[in-house]
Amino acid sequence: MEYYLQLLINGLVVGGIYSLVALGFVIIYKATQVVNFAQGELVMVGAYVCFSLTVQFNIPFVWAFLLTLGFSVLLGLLVERLALRPLIGESIISVIMVTIGLSSILRSLVQVFWGTQIKVYPQVLPVEPVVIAGLPVAPVYLAAFVLSALLFGIFSLFFKYSRLGIAMRATAFDQQAAQSMGIGIRNIFAMSWCIACVVSAVGGVILGNINGINSQLGYLGLKVFPAVILGGLDSLLGAALGGLIIGVLENLCDGLAKEFLGLSGVREVAAFVVLVVILMIKPYGLFGTEEIERV
Amino acid sequence: MQGKCGLFFTTYAQEARIFQSGFQKACVAAFLVVLVAGPLVLDTYLTSVMNLIFIAVIGAVSLNLLTGVCGQISLGHGAFLGVGAYTAAQCTLHGVPFPLALVLGGLAAALAGMVFGLPSLRLKGIYLAIATLAAQLVLEYVFLHWEVLTGGSNGLLVEAPQVFGYAFDTDAKLYYLLLAVAAPSVLMVSNIIRTKYGRAFVAIRDFHLSAEIVGVNLFGYKLAAFGVSSFLAGVAGGLWAHYTMYVSAEQFNIGLSISYLAMIIIGGLGSVLGSVMGAVFITLLPEVLNFLAAAAGGFFPDLSTVLVGLRQGVFGLVLVLFLIFEPEGLAHRWRLVRAYWKLYPFAY
Repeated sequence: MEYYLQLLINGLVVGGIYSLVALGFVIIYKATQVVNFAQGELVMVGAYVCFSLTVQFNIPFVWAFLLTLGFSVLLGLLVERLALRPLIGESIISVIMVTIGLSSILRSLVQVFWGTQIKVYPQVLPVEPVVIAGLPVAPVYLAAFVLSALLFGIFSLFFKYSRLGIAMRATAFDQQAAQSMGIGIRNIFAMSWCIACVVSAVGGVILGNINGINSQLGYLGLKVFPAVILGGLDSLLGAALGGLIIGVLENLCDGLAKEFLGLSGVREVAAFVVLVVILMIKPYGLFGTEEIERV
Repeated sequence: MQGKCGLFFTTYAQEARIFQSGFQKACVAAFLVVLVAGPLVLDTYLTSVMNLIFIAVIGAVSLNLLTGVCGQISLGHGAFLGVGAYTAAQCTLHGVPFPLALVLGGLAAALAGMVFGLPSLRLKGIYLAIATLAAQLVLEYVFLHWEVLTGGSNGLLVEAPQVFGYAFDTDAKLYYLLLAVAAPSVLMVSNIIRTKYGRAFVAIRDFHLSAEIVGVNLFGYKLAAFGVSSFLAGVAGGLWAHYTMYVSAEQFNIGLSISYLAMIIIGGLGSVLGSVMGAVFITLLPEVLNFLAAAAGGFFPDLSTVLVGLRQGVFGLVLVLFLIFEPEGLAHRWRLVRAYWKLYPFAY
C-alpha cells in the first residue's frame, strides 16, 4: 500500500511539472494557434541558465531564479519575433516544423555551451523529509507542488481579471474582432511566448532541484502532448488537471507493470497509449472547445 | 528540343504526361546515364553517401505522398521504416529470399501505417500530428522491448542482401541495387499522383469537406495514402537494414521522422522532384559539416567535441530559415531558375 502511495505522490510531483509545461503550451496555443514542439527545450534552457547563474557565477539562488525569469522573457520575445512572426497565417505543418527546428537549435546550443553531462543543482532546500499522512516527502517535492499550484492560481486570476489577460482571451476567441477593438495582436503573441517561456523556466528550475539536469531534458516536452490532449488543447484548467493525471497515471502504470509483468520503461510509453485512446474517444479532451464544421 | 515559351495543352492526357517535352526526356535519360556511371568514378565514401541518398529518397518520396499530396501530417514515418526494417531482417534471417523479404517488410509497414492511420478519419491537422507522434513513440518502445523479434537494445545482425544467389556485398554493388529500387519508387509515386487516387488525395488535402461532397470516400483514400506511403517506407527500411547489415531501435527514433519531414519541407511539399532534392540536401548536410569541421579542425582544435551538438543546431537553423525564406522549397526555386532560362536573355 505504501508503495502505491509513494507512486501516487511521485506522480503528483512529476504531474505538477507536466502541468506547468502544459500551461505554457496552452497559453501559446490559445493565443496564437501555434503548436509548440519546443516547449521542453524552453524548460531545459531555463534550467541551464539558472544552473549557470548559481554555480558558475555564484549568485544567490533567489536572485539567480529571478534573473532566469528575466532571461526567459527575452528568449520568448526573441523566438516570437525571429521565428514565429514570419509564419503567421502559414499552414499547420510549417508552424509545427518551425518549432521543431527551434527545438533542435536550442538543444544544440545547450550541448555546445554546457555539454551533455548531468549537472546537479546546489542544495537550496533542507533534505530532512516532511511527514505528510504518515509518508515522508522531500521538501523539494512539496515546494514543487506548491509552486505549481501558486502559478496556476496567479495565471487563472490574470486571465480572468487583468486587462492584458482579457485581451489575450479575446485574441484567442477571434483575432479579427479583437484587432478591431484596438488590441495589438502582435503584442499579444509576443506576450504569450514570454509567459510560456517564464512558466517553462520555472518548471525547469524545479526539475533541476529534484533530479539535476542533462541535455535530454528537452524530451520532457513530448510528455506535454498527452497532458494537453487529455485536458483539451485550449483549456488552462485542462492543462493543470491533464498534467497531474498523466503524471500519476504513468507512475502507477510503471509501478504496476514492473511488479506484475516485469516490464521496464513503461513510464516512457504509458502516457502515449492513453493519448491514442483519448484521441479515438474524445479528441477535444475534458475541457477543450469542440471544433464544429459546417458546410 | 523545341523552343516553346509556354505549354499549350489540347487534351487532358497531354497535360497529365510526366514528361512534357522531348528535351525533358533527354535530360532525364542523361541523368540516369550519369547515375548508372556513378560508381565507376566515385570513390567508396562518395558511393556510400549516394547509397544513403537513395534510401532517403524512397522514404522522402513516400512521406511526401502522404503529407505533401494528401495533407495528412505524419510524425511517425521513421517508425514505419523501422517496422519494415525489422520485418525484412527477420525474414532474411529465417531464409526468405531478399526481394520477397523486402516486399513483406513493406506490407508489414503498410499494415502498421494503416492501423495508426485509422484515427485520421476523425482527426485533422494538429490532432493527427500528435496521434502519429504517439505511434512513433509506442513503436519505438516496441522495438526496444519486444526482444524476441527485435533483439532489444542489442539489435539484429543481418547478412548482405542476396538476389538469386548473387551477393550485393560492396558499396558499388549495393549502389545498383538501391538505384534499381529507388528509381521505380519515384516513378511509382509520380504515377500515383497522376491517377484518380492522386487527384482524390489532392482534393482531400485542399479541403476535405468539398472532397467528400464531390464523392471522394475520405476514410478509404486517407487509409490508402497511409498504406502506400508506409509500404514504401517499409521497403526503404528493409533496404537500410540490409545496407548497414544491422538493425537497432536508435536508427528509427523520432529524429528520423523529423528529418524526413525536413526533407519534404526543404524540397517542397507535394512535389516529387522536391522530395528527391530534399533527400539529397538533408543527407549531404551532415557530410558537408563533417568535411568543413575537418578542414577547420586545424584552427579550432576543440571543434570536434561540439560537432555533434552543432550538427543538430545547423539542421534546425536550415529548417527554420527555409520555412521563413523559401516555404515552397527547393523545387519552387528550381522552377524559378528554369523559368528564368526559358526566356533568357529577355526578362519578360
